[in-house]
Amino acid sequence: MLAVNFLLLAAALFSIGVYGVIARRNAVMVLMSIELILNAVNLNLVAFAMMTDVVDGQVFALYVIAIAAAEVGVGLAMVLMIYRNRRSIALDELSEMSG
Amino acid sequence: MLAADVAELSSGWFLENAWLIALIPMIAFAVIIAVGKHLPMKGSEVGLASMAASLVLSTGAMIQWVQRTNSASEGEEAAGLLQAFGRTLPRATEGEAEPFIEPVVHTWVWWSSGSLEFGIGSLGNGLTILLLWLVAFISLLVQIFSLDYVRGDRRYTHFFAAITLFSGGMLVMLMAPNMIQLILGWEIMGLCSFLLIGHWWEEEANSRAALKAFFTVRVGDVGLLVGTSIIFFGANAWAVDNLDSNGFDIAAIQAWALSGEAGSSFLVPGAIALFIACIGKSGQFPLHTWLPDAMAGPTPVSSLLHSSTMVVAGVFLVAQLYPVFWQAFDIGQGSLTFIAIIGAITIVIAALLAFVQDDIKKVLAYSTVSQLGYMMLGLGTGAWLPAVVHIFTHAFFKCCLFLCAGSVSHSGSHHSFDMKKDMGGLRKKMPITFTAWIVSTLALTGIFPFAGFWSKDEIIDNVGNNGYTVLMWVGLGGAVLTAMYMTRATYLTFFGEPRGAAAGEHHPDEEHAEEHEMEHISVGAPEPEPRSLGAAANAHADDDHGGHDDHHASDGPHESGPLLLIPIVILAFFALFAGLANPTPLASRFGEGIESMKKYVEPRATPVPFEEVIASGPGESIMIIDGRPSASPAAEEGEGEEGAKKSGCGFDAPEPGTACFFPGVSHAEPTFAKILLSLGVVAAGYAVAIAFNVAFYGRRNKHLVGLTERSKVLRGGFLFLKNKYYLDYLYENVIVRAVAHPISKATYWFNQHVIDAAVNDVGIGARKTGTWVYDNIDQKVVDGAVDGSGWIASEAGHGLQPTQSGKVSQYGALLFGAAAVGAIVLVLVNVS
Repeated sequence: MLAVNFLLLAAALFSIGVYGVIARRNAVMVLMSIELILNAVNLNLVAFAMMTDVVDGQVFALYVIAIAAAEVGVGLAMVLMIYRNRRSIALDELSEMSG
Repeated sequence: MLAADVAELSSGWFLENAWLIALIPMIAFAVIIAVGKHLPMKGSEVGLASMAASLVLSTGAMIQWVQRTNSASEGEEAAGLLQAFGRTLPRATEGEAEPFIEPVVHTWVWWSSGSLEFGIGSLGNGLTILLLWLVAFISLLVQIFSLDYVRGDRRYTHFFAAITLFSGGMLVMLMAPNMIQLILGWEIMGLCSFLLIGHWWEEEANSRAALKAFFTVRVGDVGLLVGTSIIFFGANAWAVDNLDSNGFDIAAIQAWALSGEAGSSFLVPGAIALFIACIGKSGQFPLHTWLPDAMAGPTPVSSLLHSSTMVVAGVFLVAQLYPVFWQAFDIGQGSLTFIAIIGAITIVIAALLAFVQDDIKKVLAYSTVSQLGYMMLGLGTGAWLPAVVHIFTHAFFKCCLFLCAGSVSHSGSHHSFDMKKDMGGLRKKMPITFTAWIVSTLALTGIFPFAGFWSKDEIIDNVGNNGYTVLMWVGLGGAVLTAMYMTRATYLTFFGEPRGAAAGEHHPDEEHAEEHEMEHISVGAPEPEPRSLGAAANAHADDDHGGHDDHHASDGPHESGPLLLIPIVILAFFALFAGLANPTPLASRFGEGIESMKKYVEPRATPVPFEEVIASGPGESIMIIDGRPSASPAAEEGEGEEGAKKSGCGFDAPEPGTACFFPGVSHAEPTFAKILLSLGVVAAGYAVAIAFNVAFYGRRNKHLVGLTERSKVLRGGFLFLKNKYYLDYLYENVIVRAVAHPISKATYWFNQHVIDAAVNDVGIGARKTGTWVYDNIDQKVVDGAVDGSGWIASEAGHGLQPTQSGKVSQYGALLFGAAAVGAIVLVLVNVS
């Protein structure tokens, strides 16, 4: 019962994050949404670890937090560079990657 | 060989290392070719030094061979070791036969195929050692002569290189322990004769003569290859079984031929083929035509070629493989042999041809052919020893005669060899040359006590003694003819009034050639050659004019310089005394010991046990051989006292376990009457010839002058001889045309219609196949596949291009959408 609540919360957080990634124009907001998704996954990992009494999930969650910190660092650096070049961080105006 | 087994034969460094005799000239050749032009004497010193070294080595080998032969008889007499071991060597029936002197063999294997080993090295027996010495000696003298004679020639270095290689080739052939090496030396000589005869190749006549010599000899050489092969297949099994040798080994071939196991199906064709090679090389009828043409070369070459190298090769081959010919042609039974007939024909026809030559060298050339006929006659009738002695003596006096002719042309007749035009009366101007010429002529005609007497008369005597009476008379007739044509040549050269260049005149060569041509027309002869003989002789004189022309035009004839005279004098000395090496007629007075050739050169016809011959040592079981049966099968059915005499080696098979290496040839007892007869006929020949020459060429007797123009019979005969029996016509116009032209035509037709057609068809087929493959497989299948894959990739890329919008949010949507789809699929799969 308790575990289901964790999972529900994680699913809600995930959905909010996905919405943020797809719908927001601001790059910083997209990064924050990615953080939400990652934390939703972390929540799942910890919840399943708690449900199965195996510590692996919690260790895995720690790794994810560390990597998320690195990812945010790289992401914010990119956003900063984009802002310096274009004076804007609106993602819908960025189409240099189009094939 | 166990020391105790037989009387030990001495050997020595020179005998063991006889191969150096041939190796040194070969190296010298390479040195002359490589650096000769930069040496102070243009390479000639290398050639001379190599020949001198070979002479020293071969002299040493000769001395050691004599010691070896002596040691055999001494050892046997002193120790009697053979009897001590309970063994008795089978004896020839003529009392105490001397033991066989084994040749000293030294070989290296350079190639082996299975158990068949090909060796190269040296085989020293009496004949080989004698001729090695002879070749080295003559070659050295000829090279000394050449120093002055070809001085200033534009190819001076090459001349010495080729002449050194020439001698080297002869030495290689002489010492050959097997047929392969013999062929090697034989062919080296063929090549060098081509190079040297065509030395002045700028004249077409000379280069034609060189080609003619080469190809005529090649015709015979086919016989050598065929004969060697036949003998190999015949002898190989026997040689491997009994002597631990093979069918190329000369000693093995000798033993095989006399073993009694040699089938005549191998022996006879092999012997005939080998003799054809000798016909070509030694200028026997009917392949003698190249020898006179070979006069186109420089005189030293003619001299060397006609005395000790090249032409002697054929005689040597017969002498060395004598058992083969002995058995194949039944020489021992006194049958009329192929060899003897060819020899006899050659004696007469060549001697007759010598009468109509105006070129002094051509007279000598035909004389050589005739003398080679004597050698072959001797070999063909069982007179082995006199024939070999004749090789020995003939080399000296014929070499001397040629060098005299060279000396005359060099200093007396302004490079002309035409006796009628440019010589005459030279005896006062060139006394030393004249004396040497006379000595050699007397030696050639066999006058006592000159060298030829001891050999040629011995041949004639032995021919008669062996039962060939007709051939003996042919030989005597040849001796008469020899005396006559040599008288003619001598008279024309040294007596009478000086003519042309000998009288100090100097006329342009072209004019001379024309005159010569005119003479033939007046006789009415269709001139067979585009250039007349005199023109050919003169033509090469052109070439060496440049070097030493200056003194001739003014001085006229004079005696030659010391470099020319020294070899001539030495050779004349030998022409005088060489016969004393084997003075058979003196043997009755001074004992047999005086016949040193018989003792040291002729192999003994004594059977030898195999284990003594096999180099690897004696076999385990020593065969006990009883004394010979008192009467051999051949003797029982034989002809009285003749049969009793004719047994032993060469007449019946040797005892099992033994081998003969030489047949028991018989030797004639010279009698005073026979000597007188031969000397008498030669003297009569001289008398007639001198009388005729004085009358004819001295223009004393008007009836004789122009006889050939007046008498039809005589003119016919003259023209027949002048045209050399039309043999050249036969070869060049009939045989070459009849054989070569249809063959070449047929070959051309075959080439055009069969080979070309086949090639064309194949080509067309290939092109069609190629086109079809290109159109169908290459263009459609392979290209289609390649193009198709490219097209697919391109279209797929275009199709997917819109998804790559560059919008991060779109990428995210796709990513999450795909993840959602994947998750749904995962759930569905796991649930159901």
